[in-house]
Parts: sequence; C-alpha cells; structure tokens
Amino acid sequence: MGDREYDVIIIGGGPAGLAAGLYAARARLRSLLLERVAAGGWIVNAELVENYLGFPQGISGPELAGLMNEQAKKYGLEVLLAEVIGLKLEGKRKVIKTAEGDFTARTVIIASGSDRVKLDVPGEEEFTGRGVAYCAICDAAFFRDVPVAVVGGGNAAIGDAMYLSKFAARVTVLHRRQQLRATSILQERAFAEPKIEFRWNTVVAVIEGGAKVERLRLRNVRSGEESTLDVPGIFIALGSTPNTGYLKDSLPLDTRGAIITNEKMETGVPGIFAAGDIRANSIRQVVAATGDGATAAVYAEKFIAE
Amino acid sequence: MSKPVEVNDDNFDQMVLQVKTPVLVDFWADWCGPCRMVAPIVEELAGEYEGRVSFTKLDVAQNPKTASKYGIMSIPSLVIFKDGNLVSNLVGFRPKADLKRSLDDVLG
Repeated sequence: MGDREYDVIIIGGGPAGLAAGLYAARARLRSLLLERVAAGGWIVNAELVENYLGFPQGISGPELAGLMNEQAKKYGLEVLLAEVIGLKLEGKRKVIKTAEGDFTARTVIIASGSDRVKLDVPGEEEFTGRGVAYCAICDAAFFRDVPVAVVGGGNAAIGDAMYLSKFAARVTVLHRRQQLRATSILQERAFAEPKIEFRWNTVVAVIEGGAKVERLRLRNVRSGEESTLDVPGIFIALGSTPNTGYLKDSLPLDTRGAIITNEKMETGVPGIFAAGDIRANSIRQVVAATGDGATAAVYAEKFIAE
Repeated sequence: MSKPVEVNDDNFDQMVLQVKTPVLVDFWADWCGPCRMVAPIVEELAGEYEGRVSFTKLDVAQNPKTASKYGIMSIPSLVIFKDGNLVSNLVGFRPKADLKRSLDDVLG
C-alpha cells in the first residue's frame, strides 16, 4: 500500500469517529482519522456529560473528549488535522480530498457530525466575538454580573443557560415556541433556577450595538409584538445541522441533509459508511455515536474481507 | 513542534507589539476546555511558520488588562498582530486551513 492508501479512512474526530478508529485499529486495519479542528466533537462544549455510561458522577466534555482521543490512538490509529473538502469514487477506490492533499481508501466512515445552526439575523456575524457567542463554557466568565440572553429550546440551550446562571446577573432564554424540547430533568432544573427567566414564542429580529452588543430587538411570533432586551451578550444554542456540504451529490441524504443508512451503518454506496450525528434519525447522543462508530468499523472490516 | 511562548500584561508590548515579524496571540483560559483542544493546531502551525511568525499565548484570566484592551469577549480567539497593530482576529474554532490562509495573508 502506498503511504496515502488506507483500509479505512474516518472523516471526523468526535465520539463516532474515535470509536470507529479504535475498532478499526484493533482489527488491524490500516486506518486514518481526519479531523478538521480538534478531537472530541460537540461534547467539548458540555460542562458536564451525565448520560454517558461509566461516569456516575458525570464527566466534563473536554475531559471525556481527551480520554476518548487517548484511547482511540492506543492501537495504531493515525490522526491527521485536515479538513475534508471532497469525496470521489474511482471504481472501488474512494478518494478523499483534503486541504493537506488526497488520500485513498477501500472503505470510508463518515462521522463528520454537525455544525451549529446560526441565528441568521442582522448583527450576528459582525458581533461574533463581541457579544454574540456560541460556547457558554468558553465565554461565561466574560459576562459576570451582567444580564445575558440564550436563544434556543433544546438541551444545549438549557445547559448553557444553567451554566451562565453561575456567572451572569440574569439569564433570559428566548424560545420561539411555547415549550422547551430539552430533556425533562434539565427543564426541571432550569425552571427551578431563579436567575433564569423565559420568554416564549419569541425570536430575535436584530442584534444591535456599537463596539459590542448592546441590545436585541425581539418579536413575538404569535402576536407580532416587538420588544427590546438590553443585554451585552447573546448565546446562540439552536442545535445542529449535518455537516454534509462537502458530500453534495455523493450520497443519499434526507430532508435535513443527514445521511441515510441501514442498521449496519451502510450508506447507498458500497464501502461507504456513516456514524454519529450525521446519520438520519440519529438521536445525537455520545452513547449512540460511539455505538454507530464501532458498528461501522466492524462492517467495514467485513466489507474489506469479502 | 514549537511551543507558543506565554506572554502577559507586563511583557505584551515588548513580546508582541514591538516585534518585527507578525505575531499570533492565542487568547485562552483554563476554564475553556475547547481552547485546550485547539492548542495542537496552534503548535503545528508554530512549527510550520517558525522564523516567519512568532507564536504566543495569553491567559485571559491572569491578564485581564490586555484581553480587555483588545475587546476579547470570546475564547478561543487567535489574533494576529503586525507592526503593533491588530490585523486579524479569528474567533472560535477554525480549521487549520483557515488559520493558514490568515497567516499567509498577513505575511503577504
């Protein structure tokens, strides 16, 4: 095999990719994992992961990511920091194009997960880093004793709101519906926290300010009523969208842009598998991602053997 | 691999603003797990751009004056200085290719 040829190439270094890499390496497949930024995926934004088996006291996202990364690399998995920009099929060979050059593989496991959904309103881009934030555990300390807003209604938004309530004077959760999507136990905690308040049926129309964010213009989606919220910080936690941009026209995707697979993690193309958040109907949890990754690696091995 | 040099409020002027080559400053803090995860990319770049760009890191918790002077409210922030001026500010996670592009732009 040439030095850029592999049995398995795994795209993405979150829990799904790392699990796939671990299993592939232990199966003595020549394996390469390509990660765009940093190993760990979205758990790096979680203050505490309480629902991954094996950690009854919970474990911080970055710490769990670090342990997974360490374990995945123990058996010979190669990891390269590079962004995948395209995937091409040349007969049975799969060609992965990256910013650092091309690689070929007999099988590919796509585990590139999701990207943040943006609010997509005026002011969001220009104030990013100056009051518009996406990572509560990174930036909460910059908003001590001031009011902040959190946009979203799922686990990420509620998790962020709870974390921010330890620093901020007040946390206002803005959600466009009348009820949260978050897991019940998280909702209970948020409702019990006096520093967190909720504005239902509310969306952000514009983010305004001078050198930094100063206020949000809001709109009630039911009544149409407009209002203003004076905050120096807005944390956007709207959830995720599958990272399949670079795969357009290569694989069958569902209406969200997620990859359709069967229970063997097989996609529509023989030898190409998908694992983790990027899959259609994924429940987008770490424990599911690791299961997907292992499954994909086992079936990739079987594919190579045939 | 090169390691970025720690700078602080006291030596920022001398180590970053007065330096002839462009300087990248990695603003981070120990509460910020994601910042630590970005560190490997920065170290790789430090090696690749050795001699052309100086790589430093600043702990915003210990050095609030500098962080506040440059309006840093989000970390990680990778800021490039040239001839004492802030010329590029990359907030949050970026793929290595994005960072290389910014560095190459500054090097002209």
